[in-house]
Amino acid sequence: MTTATATALTGPAPRWRQPALGVLGLALVVAVVEALPRLGIVDDRFLPPFSTMARALAEQLTVAEFWTALGQTLRGWALGLAVAMIAGIAAGVVIGSVPALRAVTASTIEFLRPIPSVALIPLVVLIYGSRPQSALVLVVYAAFWQVLVQVLYGVADVDPVIRDTARSYRFSRWAVVRTVVWPTAMPYVVTGFRLAAAVALILEITAELIIGVPGLGRAIGVAQSSGAVAQTYALVIVVGLVGVAVNASARAVERRALRWHTSVRRDL
Amino acid sequence: MNISELPRRALVALGLPAVLIVLWWFLSANSTSFFWPPLSSIVEAFPRTWTADPILHDVLPSLARLAAGYLTALVAGVAAGTAIGSSRTLRALTEPALEFLRAVPPPVLIPVIALFAGYTGWTAKVIAIALGCVWPILLNTVEGVRSLDEVLRDTARSYRFGRAATLWHVVLRGSSPLIATGARQALSIGVILMVISELFGANRGLGAAIVQFQRGFAIPQMWTGIVLLGLLGVTLSGLFRLVEHRHLAWYRGLRQAERGV
Repeated sequence: MTTATATALTGPAPRWRQPALGVLGLALVVAVVEALPRLGIVDDRFLPPFSTMARALAEQLTVAEFWTALGQTLRGWALGLAVAMIAGIAAGVVIGSVPALRAVTASTIEFLRPIPSVALIPLVVLIYGSRPQSALVLVVYAAFWQVLVQVLYGVADVDPVIRDTARSYRFSRWAVVRTVVWPTAMPYVVTGFRLAAAVALILEITAELIIGVPGLGRAIGVAQSSGAVAQTYALVIVVGLVGVAVNASARAVERRALRWHTSVRRDL
Repeated sequence: MNISELPRRALVALGLPAVLIVLWWFLSANSTSFFWPPLSSIVEAFPRTWTADPILHDVLPSLARLAAGYLTALVAGVAAGTAIGSSRTLRALTEPALEFLRAVPPPVLIPVIALFAGYTGWTAKVIAIALGCVWPILLNTVEGVRSLDEVLRDTARSYRFGRAATLWHVVLRGSSPLIATGARQALSIGVILMVISELFGANRGLGAAIVQFQRGFAIPQMWTGIVLLGLLGVTLSGLFRLVEHRHLAWYRGLRQAERGV
């Protein structure tokens, strides 16, 4: 949408230009990574040429453990995100709909939110060790606040006239939530989902890397400490691609879920 | 807001935290659970644990590394973001690469940086913090520069603003609300990376200290570390809000005027 407005302002550019330049940019990065170690500017024990990384990556794709690790990471991420979404939306709608509750909890939410979730690492290590529950606690804690705060903003955005109209028509409490609060809060919820999806992935990988919860993060830690440099980079690239996929699909969900909304908003 | 409202506002703001702390105090008072020591013993352990020596050798260096990495990221992110945001070609060229770099979870960078600089020492940690913080700042700056009002740029041009003046007064000022959003996201990433970068090597720092307590099963001390990290997060986000509040006062005024409030 933003690219459309940009072209509208500056006149039409060839449609192929943008993606072509993007591919060129990626090719440049690959070329630099290939050249730096080959020209001896960077020690190839630290940064192997890109072709070596690509070979290590291709090798990984044939190993069963790699696919198991990828599955474990994705499962942990999805489960944590789902729990955080459900809890965040439920708590947000309840707190946001009751002004007194909102006022009383505001300071506590503002206090708990910036507590870095990594502060909980020592505690979950003691309680769960390197089992998936450790990662789950961290993921849910970090993602929950993203959702909750967005839902609170969304519920606060409800037009008072519409709310009063619904009330004077004697809508039930549930009907108000379903027909008035939810549509207004929807864009905020979806934004919360997008933020939470990214944060959840970061915490899942962090837990695997540091606590040793099974998954891609642990594989990176193992590869690095055993001196498999090319494999370390290959796994980092995989994690980056997973991140791109998560961001892209979250944005696709956003576009789908809000199709009605942007069309309403455009002529505002 | 008048004076008579103050006590009520204070009650609303502090009521729930006070209740929660009191609950924690009494519910944990007779706790014999190994993981959840009584709050009283955590409070009692706090001044014993964080004496001048650990504050000087663990907390302050951690904060200094955080500040160094964060400020580096801020300068680099705003500079690169302004350049990329101002040029359409540059933007198209870098977009997929940036999208990928942003999507790499920052903690993964630590093992990679460790290949170059090892786990211990300042450089690796500062680089890790800076590399993690730079993406939200950079991408938000690009968005901010892009979304600038064309009329503003044209006005500046017709008044013959110099390059530097346009950059400072129009471009950076105009995109500062979005830059602030990015800087706020980067701050919490920075704190996370500050702790994580210390969890690896067995050297000093706030994160390392907490891990040592945990490994030594010094549970109340570990809890004081968690509380300290929490307080740190809250203080930093409060400081950020203070700075943002002062610098973006014009923006809030503008928004209010637009809404006709």
